Amino acid sequence: MSTHYPALIIVVPLLTAVIVAAVGWINKKYCFPLSVASLAASLLSSIGLLFEVMKTNGEVVYRFAGWEAPMGIVYNIDYLNSLVLIVVTAVALINLIFSKGSIENDFPDKEGVFYALYILFTTGLVGMVATGDAFNLYVLLEIASLTGYALLGIGNERSPLSTLNYLFIGTIGATFYLLGVGYIYIATGTLNMAEIALIIPKLPNVGIIKFAFVICMVGLFVKMALFPMHGWLPNAYSNAPSSSIGLIAPLTTKVTVYIMVRAGITIFTPEFTFEKMHLDKWIVWLSVIGIVMGSCFALAQKNYKKMLTYIVVAEVGYMVGGFWLGNKLGITGSILHIVNDAAMTLCVFMAAGIFSYKIGDHISDFKGLFKKMPFTMTAFAVGGLSIIGVPPTCGFFSKWYLVSGGIEAVKATGSIGALAFIVALLFSSLVNAVLFFRIFEVAHFEPFSEGHGHEGHSAVEINEAPLGMLIPFFIVAFSLIFLGIFSGDIVSNIINQFIPVLPAGI
Amino acid sequence: MDMALILAKANYWGYVILLLIGLYALISKNNLVKKIIGMVIFQTAVILFYITIAVKKGGNIPITPHGKGYVVEAANFMNPLPHVLMLTAIVVGVATLGVALALAIKVYKQYGTLEEDEINAMIREQ
Amino acid sequence: MKILGWLTVLMCGALLIFNVSEFPDMGDANSPANSKQNLSEYFLKKAYHDTKVPNVVTAVLADYRGYDTMYETAVIFSAGLACFFLLRIFRKKGPKSRFYRHTPTGVTLRIDEGGKLPEESDVFKRIDSIWIPHDNIVRITCRLVVPFIQIFALYVIAHGHYSPGGGFQGGVLLGASIILIAVSNNLRAGIQRMSEKGAALMGSAGVLIYAGTAALCLLLGSQFLNYNALAKLLHIKPVVARYNGILIVEIGVALAVMAVMVWIYYNLSSAGKHDEGL
Repeated sequence: MSTHYPALIIVVPLLTAVIVAAVGWINKKYCFPLSVASLAASLLSSIGLLFEVMKTNGEVVYRFAGWEAPMGIVYNIDYLNSLVLIVVTAVALINLIFSKGSIENDFPDKEGVFYALYILFTTGLVGMVATGDAFNLYVLLEIASLTGYALLGIGNERSPLSTLNYLFIGTIGATFYLLGVGYIYIATGTLNMAEIALIIPKLPNVGIIKFAFVICMVGLFVKMALFPMHGWLPNAYSNAPSSSIGLIAPLTTKVTVYIMVRAGITIFTPEFTFEKMHLDKWIVWLSVIGIVMGSCFALAQKNYKKMLTYIVVAEVGYMVGGFWLGNKLGITGSILHIVNDAAMTLCVFMAAGIFSYKIGDHISDFKGLFKKMPFTMTAFAVGGLSIIGVPPTCGFFSKWYLVSGGIEAVKATGSIGALAFIVALLFSSLVNAVLFFRIFEVAHFEPFSEGHGHEGHSAVEINEAPLGMLIPFFIVAFSLIFLGIFSGDIVSNIINQFIPVLPAGI
Repeated sequence: MDMALILAKANYWGYVILLLIGLYALISKNNLVKKIIGMVIFQTAVILFYITIAVKKGGNIPITPHGKGYVVEAANFMNPLPHVLMLTAIVVGVATLGVALALAIKVYKQYGTLEEDEINAMIREQ
Repeated sequence: MKILGWLTVLMCGALLIFNVSEFPDMGDANSPANSKQNLSEYFLKKAYHDTKVPNVVTAVLADYRGYDTMYETAVIFSAGLACFFLLRIFRKKGPKSRFYRHTPTGVTLRIDEGGKLPEESDVFKRIDSIWIPHDNIVRITCRLVVPFIQIFALYVIAHGHYSPGGGFQGGVLLGASIILIAVSNNLRAGIQRMSEKGAALMGSAGVLIYAGTAALCLLLGSQFLNYNALAKLLHIKPVVARYNGILIVEIGVALAVMAVMVWIYYNLSSAGKHDEGL
């Protein structure tokens, strides 16, 4: 079976999603175990795939329908694919187990369909990460988008409008990407990513490819909510139900960043991306503004979920900026941050799920939480510290690489954009510290209970989240520290194996 | 820019104009259904773009005769690949349209109108 | 918003016009996409040899790029699920009293809660918010047209190997025939012919046929979707197995598309309530 890992990662969830949708009409009991089993199988095969990649030292090729590269659709799985695949499947699995209770609460009649949409969304993301075909990526992008709209649009009373706006923007982004693929096709005559990369350096005139590059990147930036195309994200995410936001917020933007990295390095080749386009400095500036604006807007929010969504916007800036610094350290930081930020975002959104399940979304409601929910708050504190970037947690290490990448870029070219990027990173860390310590402070206050003044009433009853939520939450919080401790190994054994020799002089 | 250039690339101009019309409606229109219509025009423009790059002058539809000893001359048939790709894109477009209409119905149920400025005014009042 | 719209359009337009000179002329058989050494040539020359399907579009769609098409089916299925998930409202209780019309006499009956309801037939028609006086011309014309549409749909599905057509087109036609019934009578007439549950299950079944066939190839020891593996199972030549594999998945596609189209129509036309509609 090990030769079929690339297919199994995607096929098992796809088949299960279809079966779950049917089973939901007959007996709802089986939906949850089936869904968990399929995502677990997908996670196990992606772990197996990583080992397979390490064994073959670089690339596992899988030919769908048995056809060779340009004719059929071929997966070329390398270190980057398999790393992100593990992240996607793991986040989806943990969040599914975490949200079982709230799913049963929120959608009693539509459980089966919810699970089917949830797994289809994961399938879409997994397929986007695994694929080696530029057009296949578009189809899977649309699967993930459509199911994502459904999962977001079912939230509170404002969610349909904000999701509809997301749908408009998302369609613009996806269609631009499709248009870009079309231009690549008319210039190269192929859709296979590896093939395109071989043809591009040989082309006599690259005007069409340049246009394709710009339009693809604009499409992806819209999809990943890079400033100034970020307008849809905060509303769409903060109005969504907590069970789906735990899946969508950590993964959508990260997978889109992954596609940007893939497009920049594998499709268009690094020489073209960083040397011929002359866009890198502008995009670094965009990400700098994105980081600063995201952080400032986050400061202004009183609603916890909304604050998190602006942090997501700022984090997109980190990853995009890091990649476009164009040196090895920056790209390493960007890829490492895909992994770490998925885990961190999952952690704080899980906390949001527990808070809105137990108390509410407003930060002012959080009074006395450290006493009321000691375990939840411990895990939440780890997540918060990681987003700030405090050393033993993983957030510190990816920021370290990003800042070092910035310093190197400043040394090499003296670019002001890279300097601004470093300043923006530090500023954003400072803002994150303010944001989370504000919450910690509020949560340490005693609640203004009615029994104020009576002796013996001051002991607050412990009112913890159910175990089914706490255990996955702790696993995620622990993984933040785990990822932090082993980040050196991840970088040297996986990420550095992927990053190609970059053109000199950047 | 002379007339020959414009005529030789008629497909390009057609798709650009459609694309821009769709994009304008998608961004500027106030009514949500008009925005959805704009979205559909926008997607259709890209489909037109793909289909027209498959054209070969004097080419036939890509259904190859298959008698004994018949040799297919590729220049006589259209390029099949863009057609295949666009079949997928059409389906995706229909699916997106369905979901967009479903969301629009939900918005209408919520606010009783599809004019975006009226809805925004209602949200601000809340 | 107007200014933003114009700004975006102008930027996009400038970007698009900027590159026009490198864009290949219309009908240029020598552009990279259409030229000799590329995919187009390979498909046109080899598709019949590889799959015994003369319609190259079908061969590429369901075999060379069958993996894309599987997701295409999954996209339409997701859309069905999404519309259902967003809109459907399950009503536990119906209205307390119901109205019926006895068609031959034109008498209207009110039946209160607990009363015995007459069986739905041509004689007794339920009157509710969707009830409209029958228009015989529309109704009978549509009824006459529907069987032809359905037979044509089956032809389009079955003949997709030889002429323009295939699973999507045929599936849409089949779905349209049921939607036509629902439009010309009322939504309930459509639901009587294909229930919501039936549509949902058929949608699942369609995707399952496609993905299941593909997975079967994997279980038989080939790559996912490699129909050659079916040759052993069916005792036929590998090329013929590809031909038949394409037919099987096209049927799956048709089933899924038909069911999902109808399902989406039910949900959109009644805003999820399924008791009123156009």
